[in-house]
Amino acid sequence: MRLKKEGFRIYEYILFAGAALYVFALCVCAGSVNIPVKDTVTLIWNSVFGIPLPQSVGSPAIILSVRLPRVICVALTGAALSLCGGAMQGLLRNPLADGYTLGVSSGASLGAAVAIAFGVTIPSVPFAGTMTLATLFAFASLVLILSLAYKLDRSLSTNTIILLGVIYSMFVSGLLSLIITFASDKVKQITFWTMGSLSGSGYEDAFVLLIALAVFGSVIILHARELNAFAVGEDNARHIGVNVKRVKLVILISVSVLIGVCVSVGGAIGFVGLVTPHMTRMITGPNHKRLLPASLFGGATFLMLADLAARILLDPLELPIGVISSLVGAVLFVYIFYASRRKSHA
Amino acid sequence: MLEVKDLTVEFNGLTAVDDVSFSVEEGQWLMVAGPNGSGKTTIINAVSKSVHYSGTVKLLGKDVRKYKPYELARAMGVLKQNHAVNYPFTVEEVVRLGRYAYAPGPFSHKSGEDDIRVYEAMNMTGLDHIREQSVMTLSGGELQRTFLAQLFAQSPNLLMLDEPTSHLDLVYQKQTFELIREWLKAPGRAVISVVHDLSLIKAYGTRAMLLSRGKVKAEGEIGEVLTARHLDPVYSMDVYAWMRELSASWQ
Repeated sequence: MRLKKEGFRIYEYILFAGAALYVFALCVCAGSVNIPVKDTVTLIWNSVFGIPLPQSVGSPAIILSVRLPRVICVALTGAALSLCGGAMQGLLRNPLADGYTLGVSSGASLGAAVAIAFGVTIPSVPFAGTMTLATLFAFASLVLILSLAYKLDRSLSTNTIILLGVIYSMFVSGLLSLIITFASDKVKQITFWTMGSLSGSGYEDAFVLLIALAVFGSVIILHARELNAFAVGEDNARHIGVNVKRVKLVILISVSVLIGVCVSVGGAIGFVGLVTPHMTRMITGPNHKRLLPASLFGGATFLMLADLAARILLDPLELPIGVISSLVGAVLFVYIFYASRRKSHA
Repeated sequence: MLEVKDLTVEFNGLTAVDDVSFSVEEGQWLMVAGPNGSGKTTIINAVSKSVHYSGTVKLLGKDVRKYKPYELARAMGVLKQNHAVNYPFTVEEVVRLGRYAYAPGPFSHKSGEDDIRVYEAMNMTGLDHIREQSVMTLSGGELQRTFLAQLFAQSPNLLMLDEPTSHLDLVYQKQTFELIREWLKAPGRAVISVVHDLSLIKAYGTRAMLLSRGKVKAEGEIGEVLTARHLDPVYSMDVYAWMRELSASWQ
């Protein structure tokens, strides 16, 4: 009998990366001004290597300083949020868990709003203040929600977690309104965090996202086997020798940092972490060794497409990206909830 | 192999297990019996460090509190009665998790021995033909066998089973107990199980411990423990008469 290799195979990486790259190129080229692929490639190639541009290429500013950084940020945010969603769905063995449904993103937005309203900054590092507070609030929210959930219902059933997430989000939006009332001069800036948009992001945002994803994304992916054990059952994980407490803490910290960074760059973007791991699981199966890497590419692709739709659907009017991802996500949420309830009653 | 001394477990002021001491030696199968709420499952949970307890639990001469999680998993395995898996893992993936303790942490890799043990465990439990199947599509008996195979792959010294067959049909019940009896034949192994069915206890156990309200009422050889003198007060009924009546209906 041959035992099958568990991990992600090379050709699968190539396939997923290829699809993501294709969508990436599409998103950079298409928009309110369509720019031919050939021109785009020449433009990026030449500016990376410092070769002067040929006359025929028009509108270099649109590509280089607007679209390219934005699409990179969108892709990285999508990848990071999907990875977080996949990790939490495994850790809590709950297919509906995700930073948004649990209220972690709301918590992170609250942190960012506090930083803006009270002018919390770290000198010489541009947006470190909002980022740090967003991360801390994300972690505090996760710990609060989970300790409440464990108190109420040790089996962490879907209903308990979702109910707590909804209530916590309401609570946070109350606090957010309170802050907005007192910091009326910063209303516009704060409202941005609650809407979710990546339209103004630049290369330094992309850089921070990339670093966070490289460090904490790797930590999460390296715990794929432990997440498999958690996804089968937390008691089972303990009995087969997983250091349950430590793994939980490591995953929760990594997820908090990633969500905190994503929220401080692009605001709370809903349901990405729910939609993509779920769709990816249909292709790769539930094994996190395959699910997590595939979710990275899947999340990037999904959010880039959502962003493209947000840009061109009502052109010249631009929709916030959260509108598209939430519309798709909410429908899928109901579907998963329905499917999982039907299964548990069968 | 296992030495438990003065084990006490309290939940919100209620004493679930009250000053219990017992030991299990290599080759023994200790059956833990008693009515509902007598603390049988809590003992299993305490010994496997799933609940807080006072007293000492020594496994292979070492306090279980001093074991690292993966070391403990190599020495002790636990099978629960209920498994609800929310994701469509394959049978093989679940069985393979049993090898985690031999390559713990993010940077260790599986060895050839892991493959052999996983294969053996699936073979022994008759899961070969469904190893690619999703555990969400299995019957209760097949699912329980999958987790038993995971335990065999984990290959601990002490197996602890919490009502392993309480909602399985007769065929699976017999299969499971026969498999565990086979497993126990190798040296360096012992089994503790919580079982309700007194006939199964008589048929498979080597020793028994009878509990009532968290206290040990009798412990020793099966024949000494399962006597009318011990059983009747614990269950508040004439147990022997009831068992004879049941078996008489088959004559």
